[in-house]
Amino acid sequence: MEQDINITVTDREGEVHKILAPTDMAMNLMEVVRSYEIAPEGTIGICGGMAMCASCQCYVTSDTKLPEMQDDEEAMLSEAFHVKENSRLGCQIQMTPEMEGLVVELAPES
Amino acid sequence: MIKTDILIIGAGPTGLFTVFEAGLLKLKCHLIDALPQAGGQCSEIYPKKPIYDIPAYPEILAGDLTHKLLEQCKQFEPGFTLGERAETIDKQEDGSFIVTTNKGTKHQAPVVAIASGLGSFEPRKPLIHNIADFEDKGVEYMIKEPEMYRNKKVVIAGGGDSALDWSIFLSDIASEVTLIHRRNEFRGHLDSVDKVQELKDQGKINLVTPAEIVGILGTDKVKGVVVKQAAHIEKEFELECDHFIPLFGLSPKLGPIANWGLEIEKNAIKVNNALDYQTNIPGIYAIGDGNTYPGKLKLILCGFHEATLMCQSAYQIINPGKRYVLKYTTVSGIDGFDGSRKEAPKAVVKKIE
Repeated sequence: MEQDINITVTDREGEVHKILAPTDMAMNLMEVVRSYEIAPEGTIGICGGMAMCASCQCYVTSDTKLPEMQDDEEAMLSEAFHVKENSRLGCQIQMTPEMEGLVVELAPES
Repeated sequence: MIKTDILIIGAGPTGLFTVFEAGLLKLKCHLIDALPQAGGQCSEIYPKKPIYDIPAYPEILAGDLTHKLLEQCKQFEPGFTLGERAETIDKQEDGSFIVTTNKGTKHQAPVVAIASGLGSFEPRKPLIHNIADFEDKGVEYMIKEPEMYRNKKVVIAGGGDSALDWSIFLSDIASEVTLIHRRNEFRGHLDSVDKVQELKDQGKINLVTPAEIVGILGTDKVKGVVVKQAAHIEKEFELECDHFIPLFGLSPKLGPIANWGLEIEKNAIKVNNALDYQTNIPGIYAIGDGNTYPGKLKLILCGFHEATLMCQSAYQIINPGKRYVLKYTTVSGIDGFDGSRKEAPKAVVKKIE
């Protein structure tokens, strides 16, 4: 599909998943991870994608240009555990064609 | 022993609506929830967030939905065991179940409905290597009795409303309150942030930011904490205290229910959706976000539907062989357990001579 982009997600067991993410379905990264069942149900996107639980925290390891972090995301990450310099909340990253080649690693469950 | 017809595990939207549907069938309900108030995720995580897919409500705040559900089921006088987690379940010879909470409260019912959503909400524990050694020995994840902090030195960690509110509250009770947060900005209500600023200026709250706790000091109980301030990564310092209260929100866990012998699939309880949302153990149902079946959708409105069907099935367990015909509330009205009666006004029939 023209609207699909290639992204790579490393799950919490260290397994690497190369997947196609649609950019025409208003999906965010957390929803893509859920739709491919890369993390067990109930362990990711618990708050439904409102930047209120940090269960979808991931580490961005590619230099892909991503949307700027908003206050809600920044505040949530300031309280979350396992936070690194490259931490982002998957639910705040809306999939766009510009994100072709995005590489992320899911943060540990907490 | 608390006895009821349907024991509901979880007081979120699905659990609360079950009370109403059961009430129409003259079945009494009692709810257990690990949180100190009813409403589940709606009231705990996002009370101010609007929901757009509740039938007849183009928009409703999650907290308001909880209030309306409580108002709707009030006439059926549900009982509540709040702030306690359902721990064990034991089947009795008469077919009923006894559910005991982590605080030892016992409940007996012929039917158990698990409406626990993603599970019970447990405090998120900070990653401090020796924290488990001090739990209930000066480390508390929830404040239940504020008086126990009177004239004590308290350290609170976190940047949300709970951390702010309790710092404000305890500043009048404790001899010393220190609030530690990883960043300079706080996530809570602006009023609370202003109040903390004011109390800091008055010297009633010590604010240490950006910083985090990396260790706990003491032998048999908390004597202090080790603080690492971002600006002084090489320099950690010790802070004397009697209590350390980490307030980093809650995380849902399936918890002890996972050990009840129920069939679990993808962290959810498998049910028979073709019939009545019963689990593999007859008499135990699972409804709402916590169950799974082919085609499952985790939506509040689906939980309401499942609750309705489940109550019809539960009626047959509680009243074996008794016939029941589904009635519309527009026709039959509602007889509350509190003696109230609601019904549509009767039409005036006029005879034509």
